Amino acid sequence: MKAFAYFRAENAVDATKLMNQHHGKYIAGGSNLLDLMKLHLEIPEVLIDISRLPLNDVEETSEGGLKIGAMVLNSELAAHPLVRLRYGVLSRALLAGASGQLRNMATTGGNILQRTRCSYFYAPDSACNKRIKGSGCPALHGLNRMHAILGGSAACIAQHPSDMAVAFMALDAVVVTLCLDGSSRQIPLDDFYRLPGLDPQQETVLQFGELIIHIILPPPPMGIHQYYKVRDRASYAFALVSIASIIDIDDRRIRAIRLAFGGIGTIPWRNKQVEEFLVSAPPCYPIFAQAADILLSGAKGAGENDFKIELTRRLLISTLQKAVSGDHS
Amino acid sequence: MSTTEKLVMDHPMDSLLDLVSEAQVGQGVSRIDGPLKVSGQATYTAEYPMDGLLYGYLVSATIGKGKIKTIHDKTALVVHGVVAVITDFKRFLRNPQQGGVNLAPIQGVKEIAYFGQPIALVVAESYEAARAGAAALKVDYERADDGAFDLIKELKNRKPIDWITDKSEISGDPEESLLTADIKVDRVYITPSQNSAAMELHASVAYWEGHDLIIYSSLQMVASCRASLAHALGLNPKHVRLISRFVGGGFGSKLGISSESVAAAIAAKQLKRPVKVVMTRPQVFESTVRRSNTRQRIGLGADANGKIHTIIHNSIVTNLSGELFFEPTALATHFLYQGKNREVKYEMVRMNQVLAGSMRAPGEAVGLLALECAIDELAELVKIDPIELRKLNEPERDPSKDIPFSSRHLIEALETGANHFGWKMRSSIPANRREGQWLIGMGVASAARSNSLKPSEARVTLTPEIKVIVETDMTDIGTGTYTVLAQITADLLGVPLSVIEVRLGDSDFPPSAGSGGSWGASSSGSSVYLACKKIREQLAAQSNIPIEELDLKDGHISSLNGSKSLKELVTKDIVGIGKIDAGKTSKKYTQASFGAHFAEVAVNAVTGEIRVKRMLGIFTAGRILNEKTARSQCYGGMVFGLGAALMENLQHDSRDGRITNHNLAEYHIPTNADVPDIEVILLPETDRLTNPLHAKGIGELGIAGAGAAIANAVYNATGIRVYDYPITLDKLLDRLPSL
Repeated sequence: MKAFAYFRAENAVDATKLMNQHHGKYIAGGSNLLDLMKLHLEIPEVLIDISRLPLNDVEETSEGGLKIGAMVLNSELAAHPLVRLRYGVLSRALLAGASGQLRNMATTGGNILQRTRCSYFYAPDSACNKRIKGSGCPALHGLNRMHAILGGSAACIAQHPSDMAVAFMALDAVVVTLCLDGSSRQIPLDDFYRLPGLDPQQETVLQFGELIIHIILPPPPMGIHQYYKVRDRASYAFALVSIASIIDIDDRRIRAIRLAFGGIGTIPWRNKQVEEFLVSAPPCYPIFAQAADILLSGAKGAGENDFKIELTRRLLISTLQKAVSGDHS
Repeated sequence: MSTTEKLVMDHPMDSLLDLVSEAQVGQGVSRIDGPLKVSGQATYTAEYPMDGLLYGYLVSATIGKGKIKTIHDKTALVVHGVVAVITDFKRFLRNPQQGGVNLAPIQGVKEIAYFGQPIALVVAESYEAARAGAAALKVDYERADDGAFDLIKELKNRKPIDWITDKSEISGDPEESLLTADIKVDRVYITPSQNSAAMELHASVAYWEGHDLIIYSSLQMVASCRASLAHALGLNPKHVRLISRFVGGGFGSKLGISSESVAAAIAAKQLKRPVKVVMTRPQVFESTVRRSNTRQRIGLGADANGKIHTIIHNSIVTNLSGELFFEPTALATHFLYQGKNREVKYEMVRMNQVLAGSMRAPGEAVGLLALECAIDELAELVKIDPIELRKLNEPERDPSKDIPFSSRHLIEALETGANHFGWKMRSSIPANRREGQWLIGMGVASAARSNSLKPSEARVTLTPEIKVIVETDMTDIGTGTYTVLAQITADLLGVPLSVIEVRLGDSDFPPSAGSGGSWGASSSGSSVYLACKKIREQLAAQSNIPIEELDLKDGHISSLNGSKSLKELVTKDIVGIGKIDAGKTSKKYTQASFGAHFAEVAVNAVTGEIRVKRMLGIFTAGRILNEKTARSQCYGGMVFGLGAALMENLQHDSRDGRITNHNLAEYHIPTNADVPDIEVILLPETDRLTNPLHAKGIGELGIAGAGAAIANAVYNATGIRVYDYPITLDKLLDRLPSL
């Protein structure tokens, strides 16, 4: 880690002003950025500490949704009574992520910006298109068990590691930002992440210095909220495949459904065609299998991660079967 | 009267410990160093404060094979705070040293033999500056294009290897008898490379007083490490003092010196200031010691009743070129089951990958992952319970050497475990028990770990204030050595634990066996026993009491003629020096600890996730010296076994040897959530042939076989045998029940 100048912002406007002045990096919980700095993958000259911004409230919106401050800690958000009561999928996703210690540091805004765990990305001496455009992607023909099967490109197949963002995706979350020019944007999470394409270093649509200040959740969708994370050990492991589901069953028919997936996409993955197909069809195995076909139609393994295709298929079908049969275990 | 008591273990012998009433030995005495540890007062290597301390950061090679052309020192020296770039192409260690070797390991770092090989040390006024300097240091390499990184491609270059860590064996006609066996199993089991992942990182702090090097280093064996350090630096060992008072886990990775010690010593000499070098976690993975990956062929041939007549255990292992160590996978195969046709053979593949060496229970830990699963498969083919099969094949004598066992209670362990675990609830038909979405299964495996006694020396001093000081260069790597040595002393001298001070981990003290191979407690404990015996003799002589009548208790010496306090009797220091060594009993008897592992697992029928529900270990290891620390060792070993079965897997990129999971987020070991209820039962056993304590090794017994019990439980749950460890869900997926 190289020495850096440090400024502490008092409020969001102050933070963007400091950013304008110093062109540094925002730091909140630091649970990802510090790792990157130790490895010299990020070498900021200036850190602007936003961890004390007064953005740590979870409030009800007039529409019956939630407005979550960007500085709300993962552990606080998971335990918040309104989240637990109305957005079970979010609480479960948060608790499935990282470890207790990390959740006590990581913030809502930071979590959706966390970088991939691709080991070549984390090896400073290695080629990586995400770090150095055009340097190559060793994961394509290398050790890629954790990597994405959806949304990848010839330049990058790094998976997005967040659990929380998967739940947010299912909940139609909207990211509220403050730009350097003082304007504010509301970006649906669906539009927030960019597929790697030929520019995997561009991970989101955020502009330079644009600060996430809130996440807005629309009123909670009806249905049973679940988050199931398949991983290599019971805790402190990234998802091989995870599924956030909100399924509303009426008389053994799917009335409404939201599905989002972690571990399989280069971004938190949601495919609304799958949802539309499922509400229009009778809930039975062949339909569920077809839904999996739709989800996985563009899926591509790179070798070690091939199994994720079958695992996702099984997990999706089983999730639907259980929902229809009323098994919520 | 001489103060030295020397014993070579040539004959069975009684133990004075049996004469002690209300003994401390055997009790679950809490660690006497526990309060220091939990209050942060146990000083570990990297924590010694020193005036003028400089910080060194190792620079790791970023090619897998080749040589260094140029190191551009200036690129690091311009970093603020950097003091020097230390390079010593001759003396820097290329490989860490193996355990117990008094010589320097392979030195010379200009040639790169593996990715991550330490090549230089950047020294700075702060750790951060040193790290920044190391990152900035530009190194030009000349890459070799013939690196051995892909095991499959290199298999054709394998060569037979023998003798250093195990001996090959052949008797009868194993291949022929396997071919014609009524029932046979012939399988290849694959285990990956692993890393000990001890909590404390490898670290050294070095400074010089004239020509004398004083070095704090986190190491398991002080005497041999001091000698190899001296050799590496071209010094007489008497000019090196090595201190290793507390070690935060070693598991074999700290048996010998690693590169940071030599680099710190060279830098400290050159810069005339103390230098501290702590490896990063990735450097521990990349440049200390791995357990070799293995490909083990197990061939078992039996008659229709399950009587085994053929056992073949042939292994392919890997290491760097020039290294003699090979993973001795078949150590327990030599003696675990009877059968007249036997073969053990090893072949070595030289790879450009970090040193392969000892990791907890080298040999048995991965050997039993193969053998004990093959036994399970054989039992199924014979259609008998796997415990019955083991009983049927229990040898009366070591079947390879045709000599007796010093003690062996494997069957008792299996039977006790079966009762306690509810083994009869296991379905003999696999994939026959389902609870909701989970398939449930049970597995069993034998545990075995060779026992050994190593030369060890200790000095015990009884002072007129009735304080007892125990000194030996033995280490406590978290095992409880401090406590166990105090317990032995308390019993033999009849004093409370509170007056005993145990001083360890300093080369100024008498040389010990060190911690490794499960021999630490019995070897160093025996030396303390002998030293105390010598003090007893001196006390008896001083008070004219026949030694047979001597009774030391509660700080008093008594005989048939009455009692006297030690305080009255001891007017000056009474010193006893004890020296133990193995003798004929280790040649004439096969010595090993035994046990049985039971596991119950649940496998998710949809995803293949494996969760261990219960583990039970029944162990017999001679006299248990401390019920609590022994039990803890077993817990730890069983957790290690769980990791080996289900998750541990050190991944080398087959293109350049780069380790891609060199941190504890990606190199998976079990978390608390993975570890179920573990129960340990220690069966009473005594062994008059092993040592004067009648103890046997226990530190590695818990891992030996634990993973196999889990693998067998996975089979029982799913009907799927996975021959390629770790058993991760992707290996089950295509054979799980359809939805």
